[in-house]
Amino acid sequence: MNHQFELPGSYKKWTYGLIIAGAVALLYGLIFLHPFSAPAHHSAAAGHDGHADVGGTRFWAVLLQNSVFWLLVVNASMFFLCVTTMAMGGWQIALRRVPEAISSVVPILGIINFAVLVALVALHRTDIYHWLDTDLYEKSSPLFDKILDGKKGFLNPTFFLVWSALSILGWWLLGKKMRSISLKSDQDGPMDYESGKKWIWKNTVWASLYCVVFTLTVASTIPWLWLMSIDAHWYSTMYSWYTFASTFVSGMSLIAIFVVYLKNKGQLEYVTEEHLHDVGKFMFAFSVFWTYLWFSQYMLIWYSNQPEETKYFVERIGTAEKAGPYKGIFFLNLILNFICPLLILMKRGAKRNWTLLTVMAVLIIFGHWVDLYQMVMPGTLHENAQMSFFEFGVPCLFIGIIMWGAGKYLSSHSLTAKNHPFLKESMIHHT
Amino acid sequence: MAGGIKKFVVACFDDEKTLFPAVKNVRKQGYKIHDVYTPFPVHGLDHAMGIRETSLHTAGFIYAITGTTTALTFISWVLTKDWPLNIGGKPHFALPAWIPITFELTVLFSAVGMVLTFCYLCNLAPFVKKHHFHPRATDDLFVMAIECTDKTNDAEVEGFLKSAGAVETKIESAETGWWIGRYDREQKLYKEEKGY
Repeated sequence: MNHQFELPGSYKKWTYGLIIAGAVALLYGLIFLHPFSAPAHHSAAAGHDGHADVGGTRFWAVLLQNSVFWLLVVNASMFFLCVTTMAMGGWQIALRRVPEAISSVVPILGIINFAVLVALVALHRTDIYHWLDTDLYEKSSPLFDKILDGKKGFLNPTFFLVWSALSILGWWLLGKKMRSISLKSDQDGPMDYESGKKWIWKNTVWASLYCVVFTLTVASTIPWLWLMSIDAHWYSTMYSWYTFASTFVSGMSLIAIFVVYLKNKGQLEYVTEEHLHDVGKFMFAFSVFWTYLWFSQYMLIWYSNQPEETKYFVERIGTAEKAGPYKGIFFLNLILNFICPLLILMKRGAKRNWTLLTVMAVLIIFGHWVDLYQMVMPGTLHENAQMSFFEFGVPCLFIGIIMWGAGKYLSSHSLTAKNHPFLKESMIHHT
Repeated sequence: MAGGIKKFVVACFDDEKTLFPAVKNVRKQGYKIHDVYTPFPVHGLDHAMGIRETSLHTAGFIYAITGTTTALTFISWVLTKDWPLNIGGKPHFALPAWIPITFELTVLFSAVGMVLTFCYLCNLAPFVKKHHFHPRATDDLFVMAIECTDKTNDAEVEGFLKSAGAVETKIESAETGWWIGRYDREQKLYKEEKGY
């Protein structure tokens, strides 16, 4: 079939360039933002004192935003593979090595993410996770918080870290199993009807196991723990689906970018615009799905108008009297992630256009990165959030790591799952 | 309403494998294919026949934005100008509350409009009749109708189609449009057809 894909020099240059740029930003943060000094007190940071040092908060908030976002984005690749496997999908086989490659970065980003979470707990960053403050649970303390005390069974450092570790480990190991099943088929040679049936069965069982773990983590508990607990008093039942939709549509966009890149390099011989069209449909459909959740969350809270619920949006867009600091970003989010994909990706021709789809993929990933930004910053930095060198530098590090990990996988395995029983279905696929 | 009576050469094929090259050759020869009638949807036949992509989607989009506009203008007119109500202390221009209705009207206009347009494009309506070139087009034959002009040599076309793999050919004059009423009195019952 195909000769081994060798990473072009420009790919490596960009990979290392981004990693270095990100490392410089991180180093800048470590030196100038004082991440290890004690957090400024919650109320002081938000108060009128302009001199309050929020550098440390900024450092950890940016790291939390990026490590969570990029980890969930690469993890979405494996979810895409497993969910299409369970649905007996055939069209994606021609490009399935791409999501495999992207998901191979989960262990690295998982470790980074876990390190950030451990640091937040160990350094007692109450400015990020208010619920880490032990005074809140002392009945005698003036800070005693009845609501958080009620959530203590779920929101406590032990459960937080253990469940995070188990989740990351689950994605890591089950993802690894899925990739090894796929890679093993390369070596075992073509399958006949019986062995193919057995292979599909085994693949489907592992895929469904992954999906169960995914449901219990990304689609429910993990966004509660990692992101929603920033605003610990507030809760939304849409939140996890919302986060899932956000990262899944970015994950599909990342797959699209890699597919277009490899196709440009003359690889992925069986991938045609029919396959691109289907990836584009996912990007379009899940942009709309994200909007559905975004709006449902917003409208229900707006409608019932309860102070403890509207607080979340008041922190972002403000009130009729006084605009909040995140008003621009809040609506930019909606334009980038709904209006643009809806109007631009609606036409069939747009989803089959390699250039346009790449541009849209970049836009969608940026849009959802902004989405995560406005999920993390208001509850941690309040009006002190910035969008500058450090905020744009840290994601470079993560993109570089993704490029490095995915590139390593792509250049060491066949780019086509040549013995997959459904490969022919994918080759003749047309929509 | 009537499209006028025209003359056609009708050819029947019993296999997709012969139909596709036949369609290609007929077009290459410069004959005008009126239509190909198949018992089931045949993938790729529209491309082979050179039919342009349908504009039904564009029509659907236009109906959709008509629905959006209708909903937003009507609700905002009612609730801000015509009959402003205080609902839960919300502002009269309460956009988030209108979005679900706007969405529904968008979908409704789009769906109903597209169904009606589709029926119009396919000449489908109650009591409306269309000519059937061959009754077995709904059963087991692929039926190709080629429109004849003054210059067409019918026998030559028939011979050409036979050589392209047609199992049966005939010449037929038919109403091309659609009409309201009964089928031709000469219409035979299916069981009287040759080959039943």
